[in-house]
Amino acid sequence: MIELTRNDFDPIKSKAETQGELRPSLSYWQDAWRRLKANKRALVSLYLVIFLLLFAIVGPWVWRVDPALQDLDQVGQAPGVDRRAVIIDEYAPWDGESAISGFSGLRLSAAATTQAVRLNWDVLEGANGHRVYRNLFPVGPELAFGIPIAEFFDNETLFFEDRLDVQPGTYFYSIVALDLQSKITSTYESITVSVTRVTTLAEAIENKLVPEGAFLQSGDEILLALHPLGTDYLGRDMLARLMAGAQVSLFIGIGAPFLFVLFGVTFGSIAGYIGGRADQIMMRFADFVVALPFLLFMILFKISFGIGPGESGVFPMLVALVILMWPATARLVRGQILQIREQGYIAASQLLGARPGYLILRHMLPNTMGVVLVTLTFAIPSAIFTEAFLSFIGMGVVPPTPSWGSMSNEGIKYMLISPHELIFPALLISITVLAFNLLGDGLRDALDSRMRNFE
Amino acid sequence: MWGYIFKRLVQGIITVWFIATATFFAMHSVPGDPLLNDRAVTPQMRANLEAKYGLDKPVLTQYFVYLGNLSRGDFGISFTQENRQVNDIIRQHFPVSAILGVLAVVFAAAGGVLFGALTALYRNRLPDYIIMFLVILGISVPSFVLAALSQLALVNLNSLFATNILPVAGWGTIRHMLVPALVLGLGTMAYLTRLMRSSMLEIINSDYVRTARAKGVPPARIFARHQLRNAILPVVTVLGPAIAAITTGGFVVELVFAIPGLGRYFVEAVQQLDYTVIMGTTVFYGAFLVFMVIVVDVIYGFIDPKVRLE
Amino acid sequence: MSTTGIESNAMAGKVSSTRSAGRQLALYGGYGVAAIVALMYLLSLAAGSAGGGGSSGLAIDAQNNSITIALSGEPPQMDHTRQVDSLSGTVQEHVLEGLLTYDYSDNLVPGVAYRWEMRDDGATFWLRDNARWSDGEPVTAHDFVFAWRKLVDPDSGSLYSFVAYPIKNAEAVNNGDLPVESLGVRAVDDATLEVEFERPTPYFEKLMAFNTFFPIREDFFNSTNGRYASDADQLLYNGPYVISSWVHGSSMRWEKNPYYWNDEKGFIDVINVGYMTQDVNARLNLFKDGQIVETQLLAPMLTNAMEQRWQIDRFMEGTLFFLEFNHREDRVTRNYHLRKALQLAQDPVEFVYKALKEPSYLPGVSLFPGWIKGVNGLFRQEYPPIKHQINVAKAKEHLALAIQELGLEEIPPIILLVDDSPVGNLTGEYYQAVYRKNLGLDIRIDKQIFKQRLEKMTLGDFDIVAAGWGPDYDDALTYGDLFASWNLNNRGLYSNPEFDQNVRIGQSSMDQQKRMDAFAEIQRIIYEDVVIIPAYERGLSFVVDSRLKNFKRRSIGAPVVFNYAYIDDAEL
Repeated sequence: MIELTRNDFDPIKSKAETQGELRPSLSYWQDAWRRLKANKRALVSLYLVIFLLLFAIVGPWVWRVDPALQDLDQVGQAPGVDRRAVIIDEYAPWDGESAISGFSGLRLSAAATTQAVRLNWDVLEGANGHRVYRNLFPVGPELAFGIPIAEFFDNETLFFEDRLDVQPGTYFYSIVALDLQSKITSTYESITVSVTRVTTLAEAIENKLVPEGAFLQSGDEILLALHPLGTDYLGRDMLARLMAGAQVSLFIGIGAPFLFVLFGVTFGSIAGYIGGRADQIMMRFADFVVALPFLLFMILFKISFGIGPGESGVFPMLVALVILMWPATARLVRGQILQIREQGYIAASQLLGARPGYLILRHMLPNTMGVVLVTLTFAIPSAIFTEAFLSFIGMGVVPPTPSWGSMSNEGIKYMLISPHELIFPALLISITVLAFNLLGDGLRDALDSRMRNFE
Repeated sequence: MWGYIFKRLVQGIITVWFIATATFFAMHSVPGDPLLNDRAVTPQMRANLEAKYGLDKPVLTQYFVYLGNLSRGDFGISFTQENRQVNDIIRQHFPVSAILGVLAVVFAAAGGVLFGALTALYRNRLPDYIIMFLVILGISVPSFVLAALSQLALVNLNSLFATNILPVAGWGTIRHMLVPALVLGLGTMAYLTRLMRSSMLEIINSDYVRTARAKGVPPARIFARHQLRNAILPVVTVLGPAIAAITTGGFVVELVFAIPGLGRYFVEAVQQLDYTVIMGTTVFYGAFLVFMVIVVDVIYGFIDPKVRLE
Repeated sequence: MSTTGIESNAMAGKVSSTRSAGRQLALYGGYGVAAIVALMYLLSLAAGSAGGGGSSGLAIDAQNNSITIALSGEPPQMDHTRQVDSLSGTVQEHVLEGLLTYDYSDNLVPGVAYRWEMRDDGATFWLRDNARWSDGEPVTAHDFVFAWRKLVDPDSGSLYSFVAYPIKNAEAVNNGDLPVESLGVRAVDDATLEVEFERPTPYFEKLMAFNTFFPIREDFFNSTNGRYASDADQLLYNGPYVISSWVHGSSMRWEKNPYYWNDEKGFIDVINVGYMTQDVNARLNLFKDGQIVETQLLAPMLTNAMEQRWQIDRFMEGTLFFLEFNHREDRVTRNYHLRKALQLAQDPVEFVYKALKEPSYLPGVSLFPGWIKGVNGLFRQEYPPIKHQINVAKAKEHLALAIQELGLEEIPPIILLVDDSPVGNLTGEYYQAVYRKNLGLDIRIDKQIFKQRLEKMTLGDFDIVAAGWGPDYDDALTYGDLFASWNLNNRGLYSNPEFDQNVRIGQSSMDQQKRMDAFAEIQRIIYEDVVIIPAYERGLSFVVDSRLKNFKRRSIGAPVVFNYAYIDDAEL
């Protein structure tokens, strides 16, 4: 028999004395976090997500290049190309007079630079005009002259100045004689030209490539602006654009799911809590919205909202996504609430006089949070994909606002000549989508209460 | 059972009405004027065109005329192709999308089950890694990038082997369908593979498999009878929605591979603000989705009596 | 990926069990593949009936003298009196023929009419007796009268009716003021067509080669019950080809018209339109794959085309693109100095060579594209346009003046309306950056889909719009009257009596020299008063299968013509 003394009936002073803890008590979230940490894939994904967010938010503070700045000297440059350029004089129009004399046939009349390649030639035999071609390869027996860049239907014009996107390297220029019908004949002349990269002093100063007050003259060599990930089709810095694009894509990708999940949770929890007829009507409405063909309505809403001048078009996309995607969450939450409503602790709380608002906020919603969080994570990839899809059909964000989707879509057009314009944005989309998918998997496993009892 | 089907059909009709209404009002709030063209239109011509398409009436009247036509299954005349009925357009182009979609679903389902089983079987071994790589591709690469790249690959393969067994674009024969259907189905295939894999793994640890093994049932038989059959069930349940999603989601593939499907047509109609085609296509697709869901539910109803009682 | 985690396979039996299970799986896989192949076979049968044409074939089939081509989409309107798009025009060029026609070298030559006469007040056409419809009936003057009446009939709502306005009473009929019967065109007999002019129209004969003026036979039209031109059998043909099958949105087949009179056209027996797609990438891939005979090459494709060692060709397509200002009262762009500043702060050469990078485009210098004909030779050579030089310093002076005149602190954001095409994007992005850099102006891009952009243009809801204008007929007037104050296509509502005066001369003077002088004045006003800023003249680079000869591109009417093409198989 245990002897009970009076002291045994004293109130307990602190909780710690009541029971020795075998292991630290874990809240639901602490437990989930512990399990998530054990899941390597999910953890790596989490780090990736954090990295992407930093890329979008902190990136532009570190890499302070204007994403809209066009560097037309370096258009479509792959990462890591030679940036050396020679300073030359401002461009001056050319009247076709040859500076170098004593040559005949197709010839250069000045040193070939990325500013201009100036060609002179003599009338070809039997010609009734000439066509100028530029090639990356020698003409060869199949008479593949390359790109026709100009043609003259008389024998008076015997010069041409090529300023069309001239890149440093080797070109093969040809002139081909035209017949009376202005069709090309097999009479041609060809020369090999190697082009040096140049820039002007004014441009160098404007782009802040040389320190203020530095004394430079024609012929000096400087380094052009650095573009670590290359440039796009208008010479804009890819890294800066990818960062700006990250802001847009992640804003849509995370913002839209966040909003529609929020709406879905509110709608679903109210429907689930009230139940009965109101619930029936509310859920029927959700069913209607689910039945709308998603992509078609996405497009329809996108155009019916309209985008004003200077707007990026992000907001209409966000609204359209929210309007079309909330019902899934609403259904899910309602289902959960219906289950929870029957739990004992709800009845107990009700007996103690809890109001509906308190019940929903304190007891019901926190218990659905796990499911909601998983839904949210899985909704992000689909929102990002939707943005990319809309960009593909030309309904995406409005230029000059970049997004990864619109950048990939532009990149597809240039994928044969500068693949980096497609690879980088597409890769970022893939990484983001994958990271959120794996994180979603991890969260689902970590938050699954069945699993909680397992160990 | 018949009562249940009837109830679902009534619900379906109301849903289609809702879709039609939403489409109509969304369409009529679109800024822009479908009757404008490159060359300016005189007021007289404009009035004629408005009368032809009934745009001169108040919006509400237009709505009821539209509903009336819809109930007769008449979607009107296209704005940009004035000689074609929207019904004809749907009749000519939807089967193309549907065939492509069905094939993509078949690929997705067959591939998903096969690959899912393989990955579970060869867990953490080479086949698993190869397939998981494919799955990651299917999950994470935007469809238009995938489509463009696969078309490029096809061109290079064809010129490498100097054949054109698999044409790079177009429509008409089995050879045209193969690659577009694979591209279209890849996302779903990836999803199903993951589903199949996890349900296979769950079953490996189930009691009845352990019992069977203890009884000495041959492994191949356990695999076929118990694991595979039971693991397929969850896959089957998601197929219904997948068919609908794929059939109506072929825009990208149709655009890239020059396939004359309804999705491509819709995108072109939107750019031209072709009211009747946009509304017709949307309502048709909406009705198709609703119908598919009902069919799937009814089939479940036959299989699983629990559903009917709900 | 479930984390069910525990692998409970008995380790000992694992390898063998995996193997036998794998074998079982392989068996199922085999069944599956067989089932899929069977299903695909069935589906391909279904596809054959649903939208499939014979779109698998070779670009050139020399044995059957046939070729395969791609169109950029479904021809939207095959009724030529109501058509405005070049796609339908392309098909019509091959299956129909007007009174006159162009030959391979672009000379105006007899078509259905073997002889014609132009006067100040009208024209007469004498029709040949061997011109026939595809059902064997002769083509008569009545067929032209019927078609042209239909063209200007307000009930048919034709957008191109204005090209018929040189004909007497056409405008009044089109506005509903006179009955269609009063149109100044009359069939004297089956073989003679009389046309009365509203005003002297020196270029009228050139119009006769264009599809808007092709014939339609009345009894056939009536027999189609309003479905005229909606299908292959709802059309009657009098051109070198007939459409023998037409699967909408997918394919067409043109076969030689047995009743066609001219043996100078239609050398190829069958032309298959195997593909209808907007996607230039898809068309390029089809060409590479040997499925179609010609395709356009965009700038990014040229490197690859050079690697393939193709013989790349170029063509000036004729369309002019420009920045059009809004000259309405309430717009800042009404201010001359602001427009001048915007003009001087940009250089179309840089835009074309550095931003667009299309080798076939020409930097814009004038309202009149380079191919427009002058008195004897090319207009561009007879009346060289003012040489534009970028001058940022001067532009800034004009900007300061503009700010002063407008009484503003600074210029408010300027709205630049562009379309949703890739080039539209590029145009917006480029000019936005240029004006920000050179003038510090805030340009807001307003990107809209086709019809929404048109509505904004019509309502005047823009400051600057990136617009384009393709020629409707082969005369300088097709560009010259664009900014006349009465022209409905003058969306910026530019209005200048001096300009209008010159347009009137260009419209009705019979003296070619006087007309061209007037157009030269227009060219000067456009530059000096900065009505628009010409950006570029569009051209295109393309490649044609080397076995196909005499393939033809045109600036006006049908952009691609196969009527003169033949297969030269010598290389094989």
